[in-house]
Amino acid sequence: MRHQNRIILSALFVVIGVLPFVFTSSYHISVMIFIGIHAMLAIGLCLLMGYAGQVSLGHAAFFGLGAYASGILTASYHVDPWLAMGLAAIFTGLVAFIIGKPLFRLKGNNLAMGTLGFGIIVYIMLVEMTDLTGGPSGLRGVPSLSIFGFTFDKDIKYFYLVWALALLFLILSLNIVNSRVGRALRSIHGSEIAAEMLGVDTNKYKIQILIVSAVYASVAGSLYAHYVTFLSPPPFGFKLSIEVLVMVVIGGLSSVYGAIFGAAATTLLSETLRGTVPKLLSGAGGEYEIVVFGVILMVVMIFMPTGLTSGTLNLVRRWRQEKALRVETREAEDGNAVTGVPRVPEGRTAIEDN
Amino acid sequence: MAVSTTDMDRETEAGSALLDARSLRKDFGGIVAVDSFSFSVRPGQIVAIIGPNGAGKTTVFNLVTGVHPLTAGEIHFGGQRIDALKPYQIAEKGISRTFQNLQIFGNMTVVENVMVGRHSRSKVGILSGALSLPSSRSEEKRIYYAAMEMLDMVGLVSRAKQPASALPFGSQRLLELARALANEPKLLLLDEPAAGLASQETRNLERLIYRIRDGGVSILLVEHDMELVMGIADWVFVLDYGKLIAAGTPRDIQANEKVIAAYLGDETD
Repeated sequence: MRHQNRIILSALFVVIGVLPFVFTSSYHISVMIFIGIHAMLAIGLCLLMGYAGQVSLGHAAFFGLGAYASGILTASYHVDPWLAMGLAAIFTGLVAFIIGKPLFRLKGNNLAMGTLGFGIIVYIMLVEMTDLTGGPSGLRGVPSLSIFGFTFDKDIKYFYLVWALALLFLILSLNIVNSRVGRALRSIHGSEIAAEMLGVDTNKYKIQILIVSAVYASVAGSLYAHYVTFLSPPPFGFKLSIEVLVMVVIGGLSSVYGAIFGAAATTLLSETLRGTVPKLLSGAGGEYEIVVFGVILMVVMIFMPTGLTSGTLNLVRRWRQEKALRVETREAEDGNAVTGVPRVPEGRTAIEDN
Repeated sequence: MAVSTTDMDRETEAGSALLDARSLRKDFGGIVAVDSFSFSVRPGQIVAIIGPNGAGKTTVFNLVTGVHPLTAGEIHFGGQRIDALKPYQIAEKGISRTFQNLQIFGNMTVVENVMVGRHSRSKVGILSGALSLPSSRSEEKRIYYAAMEMLDMVGLVSRAKQPASALPFGSQRLLELARALANEPKLLLLDEPAAGLASQETRNLERLIYRIRDGGVSILLVEHDMELVMGIADWVFVLDYGKLIAAGTPRDIQANEKVIAAYLGDETD
């Protein structure tokens, strides 16, 4: 497993390393930067949703908190951008910790509603706290990042910065997933009561992973702020939360690599739609994207609840198994034996009984 | 097979009980599910709680394991009061359980299920896990081998790498057992372990329960299979409508008129 990881990771490093030499236009590089930023969001949500099984419809809020914390600290208070990024991450992590306790008293759909509410609250605060955030007219003058006199002024430099961090998050996440904590998270997803009865402090792990995903989103937000150098609330609204959800779902809920794939697919699709929909439907704005994402989400959740990539793999596996089973039963029938037939318990079953 | 038919209550009062539940009461809304029920399990004992459907047996398990808070009463385990603890803390103290309606982690492999059982016997946290420190990796190995040992005990080693959801029903029961044992419990709660098992599987289960007991684990059992209960239990408590109606050795219980009436139910009225 570990060995396999290393191979995939090396391949990913190489591919991402050469991409800017293949797609050299500034448009392409900027799209790839956004993919990297989205990937950080998706990796975090993947840990929370795919592994721990806790839905979040408010992930854009953490992204917004990170972006605005960085933006305000650097533009209004002239704090060093790297320090600001760290402070933003601490602040966002703290917010996650504080809301985590009451939030995780909720389960399933109620939790989804709770996180949705959190996302809306943060969005409205970004709009209304005009003294701090500049409100709807935005926050200007967020500086570019630089380190030891090396400024990330060119897109290509920024591309490598963003992806270096995205890959760092990927590696940290893979390590978490393959550790005792990752197993605990998946056990919560599998059966919360059984997890508790095996000594897993389910609440603690849910909050911990919420903090991790919030910090990832915060750093992504800071990078976004320093890249576009202008912040206004709309990019941090409900639509982004849904987009991140779609990224994770497309990527296959419990695959950290899949989250990167999902981020790429969703961002590219979003870019394509933005270009083509107004051409096909005169008068249609960019908001038609959300319709398409809604449909994708519905179709994937109905037909492949484990996500698009692992769903496809499962279909292939099931098809193979069925084929093997058909062969087996045919052989069994030929031999007039009844081995391999699953025994159905008679009378009442323990599963139905409570 | 029965260890002793002498007065058990006197001995538990002397403090020899591993689990000591005193006057448990649980109300759900207006319904009293368990009513002033006292029982105890001594080290090395196999104790059964039986009773008709809805007698409150599973509720007793949920009270002992902290899933439901008590309405009244006290639970002591190994001399410590545990009734205010959370389920994961009670698991850490050394109580494990299996479930009447299986609670397998279907999203994990067979061996991973058992590895979760090692959770409270290991300690790598999120930071050392994220950094994949050497301590994390060596602990992972120990967890894995301990889990494989448990699988060996229940005979599921060959299935270790398969998804747990792919196991047949009987094997899933064994998997829950292995997972519970991985926690190194002093007391194991088995909630209808024989439900849905074929008679051969039940006989294997019986042997397994003896082996677990011989390994120093006390067992509290809720079971409908009377042949199994009467065969292996050292002491039996009978619940009806949440109240204790009889307690004694299997032989006493089988001859008890109240118990017979409770099981036959309405037909005697």
